[in-house]
Amino acid sequence: MIIIKASKLVKKYKDVVALDGVDMEIAEGECFGLLGPNGAGKTTFIRIVMSMSPLNGGQLLVAGKDVSKNGREIKRMMSLAPQVDNLDPDLTVLQNLLTYARYYDIPRAEARKRAAENLAFMNLQEKLHANIDELSGGMKRRLIIARALINEPKIILLDEPTTGLDPQTRHLVWQKLKLLREKGVTQILSTQNMEEAARLCDRLVIMNEGRIVAEGRPLDLIHRHMGKQLTEIAVFPGKKEELLALLQAKGLSWQQIENSFRVFDSRPQDFDTGYLLTLGDVSFRAPTLEDVFLKLTGRTLLE
Amino acid sequence: MMGAIHYPFRVWQRNLSVFFRVWKPELAFSLAEPVFVLVVMGLGLGSLIGSIEGKSYIQFIGPGIIAGYAMYSSAAECTYGSFTRMKIQKTYDAIIATPVNVQDVIIGEILWGATRSMITSGMVLAVISVLGMVSSPWALLIIPLSFLAGLMFSSISLLYTSIAPSYYTFNYFYTVFITPMYFFSGIFFPLTNFPRIVQDLSWLAPLTPVAKLTRAMAGGRWSDDLFLSLAVIVVVTGIFFFLALKSMKRRLVK
Repeated sequence: MIIIKASKLVKKYKDVVALDGVDMEIAEGECFGLLGPNGAGKTTFIRIVMSMSPLNGGQLLVAGKDVSKNGREIKRMMSLAPQVDNLDPDLTVLQNLLTYARYYDIPRAEARKRAAENLAFMNLQEKLHANIDELSGGMKRRLIIARALINEPKIILLDEPTTGLDPQTRHLVWQKLKLLREKGVTQILSTQNMEEAARLCDRLVIMNEGRIVAEGRPLDLIHRHMGKQLTEIAVFPGKKEELLALLQAKGLSWQQIENSFRVFDSRPQDFDTGYLLTLGDVSFRAPTLEDVFLKLTGRTLLE
Repeated sequence: MMGAIHYPFRVWQRNLSVFFRVWKPELAFSLAEPVFVLVVMGLGLGSLIGSIEGKSYIQFIGPGIIAGYAMYSSAAECTYGSFTRMKIQKTYDAIIATPVNVQDVIIGEILWGATRSMITSGMVLAVISVLGMVSSPWALLIIPLSFLAGLMFSSISLLYTSIAPSYYTFNYFYTVFITPMYFFSGIFFPLTNFPRIVQDLSWLAPLTPVAKLTRAMAGGRWSDDLFLSLAVIVVVTGIFFFLALKSMKRRLVK
């Protein structure tokens, strides 16, 4: 069943088009990824789904209801774990959850029960009465997720939930998100971490400059855009012209990122490896989602 | 399904929870300054002045000081306090991701600012009553009046906050608006000593009608221009409440 249906979404800020005709369908219970460089429109999309930001065009339905008309009702069944820390530093960990529960009209006793459960779920039970500024960055991220679970959402939107986390905490968060997925909570996950997307997402879109440039299952996307094998050549100084001539002669297609050439859909047997090794450091490997990402969003480094 | 009317109250409750964590120093500080001013001006300056309008100087300024600090409490809450929650702590962003919307947040902030005015004036009223400066039970009306005055000053302050680019610019608000009003609203001297034009202009300073009313209530003396004072407060509150709501929405909804 489709739980979120976006048709031709348009969002403009003063002189920037943040979303430029976005269509999307997200099924109930899936983990759906939003990938894209900074400024691609991921956070804008999330703010629109949360009816925190009005649309300039198109229509967005959540569980069949229009976000521009039924904001409150839709927000009751959803929650957001934002990218920036907006925990309430004037309140303790427990008070943060109880105050949040009040916004959803959850009765006090029930709120206390859920707060304790959610803190335990995110391994924060020891920090019940701590102040927010006593928490590490990783604990704050986990608390933001615990807070987002207080209303037992049907849909949770996670905006770069593991950016800046150490590997241990990242794996902990991944494991918890998988558990939520098993419980049937629909997840919309915005990320710049390709490993995260490949591990967690059932389906994903890659966005660039306000448009969707690819959509599908992670493995399908890799095979469709990159083939099954990839040759990566870090070219030696002065050998670039020679390498380009070789690739052109063989009729291969490639992408150059700084001094690294990624030759699409190519195997060792496509080359005279002895000769190739005089041109650069060579590795033959399976392509990843990151290769797809770089191919589709261009080599430009966006700020 | 509950109606939507209670959502501003949820924001008010959030601010109350924070207040309960820090209420001791908060209350001490919000009482310290008015009492300090009352004693220093009332006894110090008062010994040189003799009596005004048949009262000792400290009796004259006591009720006006309640009005002045009712103003300061809500102004501080809805300038520095609101700006911190909006820009630094991103508290508004966190709240509007729940069923509470932007309009509820703004109304909740104004209600809370008014509540702070009421708390402060309640305490100052208690102090000046103990010091024997209140001669009528009508003085209890000062408490609801200061809630109304708080709504007015919160709305004015939040309107300024809605266009303030940084903390620094609150200096202008206090230097150009709040502080002159504090001195030219008839709290420390009767405006009858000033030329007609100053007296007329002082009506534009919304603290003037509040000070008139607190003085009348503390003394239990009613006069006809008090209805006009009350009407001025109600109208100014209505106008600035509407403007604050509109301008704050424009800043927050993007």
